[in-house]
Amino acid sequence: MRIIKLVSSAPVIALTASLLLVNAGVMADSQMDHSEMDHSKMKHGDKAMDHSAMDHSKMKHGDTAIDHSEMDHSKMNHDDKAMDHSQMDHSKMNHDDKAMDHSQMDHDDKAMDHSQMDHSKMNHGDMAMDHGDMAMDHSQMDHGDMKMQGGKAPADARDPHAYSGGYTLADGPYAIGGGRQLKLLDEHRFYAIRADTLEHQFATDSLAFELQGWYGTTFNRLAIKLDGEVSDGKLEESQTDLLWSRAVYTFWDAQLGARFDTYAEGESRQWLALGIQGLAPYWFEVDVTAYLGNSGRTAIAAEAEYELLFTQRLILQSSVGLTAYGKDDAINGIGKGLASLNAGMRLRYEFSRQFAPYIGVEWMAKYGNSADYARANNEATVTTSVVAGVRFWF
Amino acid sequence: MDDNKFKLPASISRRRFVQGLAVGGVIAGFPHVVRAGSSFKDVVRAGSSFKDNAATGSAPELSGKVIELTIAESLVNFTGVVRTATTINGSIPAPTLRLREGDEVTIKVTNTLSVPSSIHWHGIILPYQMDGVPGLSFKGIMPGETFVYKFKLQQSGTYWYHSHSGFQEMTGMYGALIIEPREQDIIVADREYVVQLSDWTDDDPMKVFSKLKVQDDIYNYNQPTVRDFFRDLSEKGLSSALSKRKMWQEMRMSPTDLGDVSSAVLTYLFNGSTPLANWRGLFKKGEKVRLRFINGASNTFFDVRIPELQMTVVQSDGQNVHPVTVDEFRFGPGETYDVLVTPQSDAYTIFAQTIERTGYARGTLAVADNINAPVPAVDPVEWLAMADMMGNMSHGGSMTEGAMDHSQHGAAMPMDLSQHAGPAAAYAKASTQVRHASTEYGPSVDMRVDTPRTNLDDPGIGLRNNGRKVLTLSDLHSLENVIEPQRPEAEIELHLTGNMERYSWSIDGLEFGQSTPVHMKLNQCVRVILQNDTMMPHPMHLHGMWSDLESESGEVQVRRHTIPVQPAQRISFLTTPHDVGRWAWHCHLLFHMDAGMFREVVVS
Repeated sequence: MRIIKLVSSAPVIALTASLLLVNAGVMADSQMDHSEMDHSKMKHGDKAMDHSAMDHSKMKHGDTAIDHSEMDHSKMNHDDKAMDHSQMDHSKMNHDDKAMDHSQMDHDDKAMDHSQMDHSKMNHGDMAMDHGDMAMDHSQMDHGDMKMQGGKAPADARDPHAYSGGYTLADGPYAIGGGRQLKLLDEHRFYAIRADTLEHQFATDSLAFELQGWYGTTFNRLAIKLDGEVSDGKLEESQTDLLWSRAVYTFWDAQLGARFDTYAEGESRQWLALGIQGLAPYWFEVDVTAYLGNSGRTAIAAEAEYELLFTQRLILQSSVGLTAYGKDDAINGIGKGLASLNAGMRLRYEFSRQFAPYIGVEWMAKYGNSADYARANNEATVTTSVVAGVRFWF
Repeated sequence: MDDNKFKLPASISRRRFVQGLAVGGVIAGFPHVVRAGSSFKDVVRAGSSFKDNAATGSAPELSGKVIELTIAESLVNFTGVVRTATTINGSIPAPTLRLREGDEVTIKVTNTLSVPSSIHWHGIILPYQMDGVPGLSFKGIMPGETFVYKFKLQQSGTYWYHSHSGFQEMTGMYGALIIEPREQDIIVADREYVVQLSDWTDDDPMKVFSKLKVQDDIYNYNQPTVRDFFRDLSEKGLSSALSKRKMWQEMRMSPTDLGDVSSAVLTYLFNGSTPLANWRGLFKKGEKVRLRFINGASNTFFDVRIPELQMTVVQSDGQNVHPVTVDEFRFGPGETYDVLVTPQSDAYTIFAQTIERTGYARGTLAVADNINAPVPAVDPVEWLAMADMMGNMSHGGSMTEGAMDHSQHGAAMPMDLSQHAGPAAAYAKASTQVRHASTEYGPSVDMRVDTPRTNLDDPGIGLRNNGRKVLTLSDLHSLENVIEPQRPEAEIELHLTGNMERYSWSIDGLEFGQSTPVHMKLNQCVRVILQNDTMMPHPMHLHGMWSDLESESGEVQVRRHTIPVQPAQRISFLTTPHDVGRWAWHCHLLFHMDAGMFREVVVS
């Protein structure tokens, strides 16, 4: 992960960045902007608004996406009148294929009271609303605790044990005795060993590996991460993280443990490790760990990966990483501050999801004191290497 | 070919794996193995010995008041390799038991395996000790032991039976259970066939499950690709192509997550026959033929149709319904449908493509042995729609009924008054207020639906607007005498949950091991609300009692033992347990059940 040498390769980064943009859903399109509309002074007086005869049937939103994002209805005064929409006929509304973006709608803290609205006569009967291709983006809607993922349980959330009548799986009437008998695979321990990287790096004529393994249940696992480089049949350096990995959020595991570094020329280091590993929005695999070592040493390592499927089996993996240290470690060639950045692209062909040979390129640069140490040792500070290897798991 | 379309890999071996072997395809190499997928004239073995060869293709039939079954290991060969299956009386499917309503039957089951086993009578109302769930209703049938099931049949119709131990069901232990009505059957046909659909894997099911635990999409070869993106780009423009993907990317969910397993690891069977083996049922033109469809698959939803032939559904889950004529129906593991057809041509293909569109099971109805009908192509994969994730979305989804329910809008909304009124009005209608469990906010859950859809008239992903009349739950109405009147005195809301990335399946975010039982009072009617907070349909099977599905407007509509709940859907049913005991309640996708989408019910 962090062990590559040679010359800078700006195109790799540029390409990675542009791919990320494509996937980040950057949108630039002509959009109607209602953002400055100020309805705050609207006053409907004492009149009861009667919309009953409104005919929206010919409405067409044309080719433009309507952006209501900045509309502020918070000061609208509808007085005491009950709005009667009962005769509204939306049946012929044409929303075309446009993306309605309600994401920024501000409903403020006002309790909008729709309780008197009478929708009972709305006619959706013949509405052929096809949302199939419509990209309605509600993902940013903030309705308080209306969130589809994550978050904290509200105080009045339902108690999942409320229906138990006080019984448990082990005892109570008609239990077959002898403690709980039925166990399913949620209590089973599984394991996996994965070689994300096992490759020859041509620039340095060395073998680099990045292995991960785990053993445990769905939510609690013992995890091991092994990185290193072998050159001339000798283990040049290695880093081993031994972690207790606990699922804390939907897509994130918190990890606590120790890291052991070895160097062929240098001193071994031991660290306490505290990190988080998981999946960020847009499918970025992220692994960030902070370390605390002897004599007040600190370090941080971060990695992100992204996969692009050209076909079901031809997959491009892009990765970036960094390491930073709190103190100089001259004997191991590590300097204070940002020590290294790396970026790689690996194109693999999955003969199966479990076995895929790949080729790629890996770039790494050293910075600050780390770069100075490298120069002093007549080592390159920037390396780019063509790589070839296999990725597999079992 | 369009990338979105189903495509079989080019290699012969792969094709053979998916399609299975044709009749006699491998016999030369394995003379001692009974041919997989041979026609229904197969030798029937009763009480086979250990590691005998399995008879497949069509099940033998057993009837009477005393039945003897033997569980054993048998050799099978569906794809060109010999594997060990677990069988009942040496055949796949297991013998069709044809019993009679009102009879007290004695079924002696001998386990010759080296591990405990069991048989569960799916959909049968009986004492809990006879229900056959090891660790719950009894201790299981130990190796070498004979367990005697004895119960009185209080119902009639098409049911099935299967092992409830480990993955034994997946490796061959499933069979049809037909109970003839005491009085004359109101469904009259000239001829009938049992059509039992299932799936087979040459791998060890435990290994398959373990792999899903490591990489949840290992068997999905229909994932969105760069190529799809550029096709959308050229057809619909950049912003549309991007926005189509935005939500999926943000939520870290896959729009093609239609099933956990696929033909990458499964071969689909039709009465134990592979697609190439082509099971065959004969008819005479103009005859009325009854087909008893049973989904006995471990993990596969099938979409069943007979091109050029309409099917009249007359029974679901063993219970007679008002006849409804359709072109196609979807059913999940555990569900059954009886249909009547009147074939007029020489041959028809009974085509059952799988929900994730990677393969199919298939058989032929024909007037003679040597006639076949064309086999259609598998439909293209369709991306999950908003309705499958968001549900109703206030104004969207697949609303087709005039009466919108706005009762969930906004916090300032006055509560449904019926919840606060006196006991007489209480539970008059299913609560529409979504109440997520406190345990749905943790790592076991990857989405919660706040605006579920409650309509029953959606055929589901891949079947919408396909030009065919597809059965939906809203089409099913039990005959007048099927369901006794009942009024719920309590309401139970459970949410079906999961985290695909971790391959965890649960109820209310709690896998079985963390859960407590659901207590129901004997003879008290309870309304159960099941809300699906996942993007997959779950066929929920409640043992020991009926699930009487309610319509969106609150009418009791159809009696089921297994109710499929669609993604982002909220359904309700009434149940009145008449038998005490501990009962299982679970998703009948075997992997979901075993992952923890399972509850114990205590009736006392």
